[in-house]
Amino acid sequence: MHRGGWPKSPDPGSIAPCMSNTVIEVQQLTKRFGPVTAVEGLDFRIGAGDTVGLLGGNGAGKTTTIAMLLGLLLPSSGSITVFGEDLLKHRYRVLPRMNFSSPYVDLPKRLSPRENLDVFARLYEIPDRKARIAELARDLDIASFLNRPMQTLSAGQKTRVSLAKAMINRPELLLLDEPTASLDPDTADWIRHYLETYKRQSGATILLASHNMVEVERLATRVMMMRSGRIVDDGSPADLLVRYGRQNLEEVFLDIARNRKAAQQAAQ
Amino acid sequence: MSERAIHRPHAEWTFSGARRRVSAMLLRHIYILRSSWPRILEITYWPMMQMIIWGFLSTFLHGQSSYVAQAFGVLLAGVMLWDVLFRGQLGFAISFLEEMWARNLANIYVSPLRPFEHVASLIAMSILRAVIGLTPASVLAIFLFHFSIYDLGLPLLAFFFNLMMLSWAVGLLSVALLMRYGLGAESLIWFLIFLLAPICAVYYPVTVLPDWLEPIAMAVPATSVFEGMRIVLFEQRFDMHLFWRAFLLNIVYLAAGAGIFVAALKDARRRGRLFQVGE
Repeated sequence: MHRGGWPKSPDPGSIAPCMSNTVIEVQQLTKRFGPVTAVEGLDFRIGAGDTVGLLGGNGAGKTTTIAMLLGLLLPSSGSITVFGEDLLKHRYRVLPRMNFSSPYVDLPKRLSPRENLDVFARLYEIPDRKARIAELARDLDIASFLNRPMQTLSAGQKTRVSLAKAMINRPELLLLDEPTASLDPDTADWIRHYLETYKRQSGATILLASHNMVEVERLATRVMMMRSGRIVDDGSPADLLVRYGRQNLEEVFLDIARNRKAAQQAAQ
Repeated sequence: MSERAIHRPHAEWTFSGARRRVSAMLLRHIYILRSSWPRILEITYWPMMQMIIWGFLSTFLHGQSSYVAQAFGVLLAGVMLWDVLFRGQLGFAISFLEEMWARNLANIYVSPLRPFEHVASLIAMSILRAVIGLTPASVLAIFLFHFSIYDLGLPLLAFFFNLMMLSWAVGLLSVALLMRYGLGAESLIWFLIFLLAPICAVYYPVTVLPDWLEPIAMAVPATSVFEGMRIVLFEQRFDMHLFWRAFLLNIVYLAAGAGIFVAALKDARRRGRLFQVGE
């Protein structure tokens, strides 16, 4: 039962619209750091080709959840299955099929984008590295600064290079933590367009943690709302708007973040 | 954008895949070294300074001390072999630290690179950095003091190999400390190896140490190496017993280092330190 009587975490067996081919399945996922519970009892499934937005305020547990899905953080309890493999036991069977980008992680600043991408192309054993880097340089518009040290690039340019690194292995599962944080609206819009195109062409599954409502509304086919380490609601953006009686996701987000009773009643 | 199907590497571990990934990590560090002359200077500067200072001291002591008079290079060889140990450990730990400075650890540990492959790349980098650091110093010693460490012959390889093995064991401990305590433990990696210096008998025979300390000193592989080095210089023979003693002790130290590394990595994954690196 969720605090304050929020809608229950959906039953993993009944939540998502595209369940025929599950890419991520999480059961009773909990992470505690000493006395602090960062994530508690998450249950969800994400189907192939879905773009799922993980929405929540600061400290809601989004980044912790993504870190566990990447295998960088060990859960205190619960299970994570990715592409049918137990992530805790067979992480290296699925890592070649996934990738990520996060503002908490950088690429070496003294290296150029080309050098960084070359290193990661080798780590992912990309057969034709030069062609792949050229392709990404064109798609992500990074060709003009491909040979400049990362430390000389603007925030927007660095974000595009980080995204290029996340795309180097053409991931079937892409985990993005605040992909447009600190970007100007033009660059952010550009990145969203790129992600839309990638998803359309590759059929990849995307999990997107963000507190940018416009971004989630535009990209996500499904939204999981997090608060205090729990999923407090889950559904398509349209469903959530109807459920909370709001005009946009930002209002829904504020209702949830501020634990508004009116919203609770509306949702019920 | 064209997102055609892509070749996926083998999900199961293969040697050729591991070789490619280790090479990728080596390349990453070579890119760094190539782009930063202060890093190259830092690697070569101290070994050369040490060698010059100890070279002049040896020149002075040559006429004052029968110990140095018997073998002029005893102090210089000690300096250079000590630097093999120091530079090896530093090269190992700094190559890991580079990922922390760059906030790149998460990228590395989400890639198909296995932790032991990462360690293999750190080992390779420690060898490379030790060679880069010590080659100019050893050449300078030939020109300035007419002493060639290479005159030790094949035993030099045995000493080098044993000292590198110990440097990797201490390097694994250094990396474990970095994973556990974050960048706040950075200064530890610079002086950790010096805990061994007084008992390694680098510049003096192990018999100089108090009786109670000698067994402890002989439990450190480097002590056998430096004792062996003096036997080569003074008696022109290679003591196989000391070589094997150092080698077997190194196996034990490496096993302990690997165990500590694995435990620290698991602890880092439990605490989330691979994702958000900090102090």
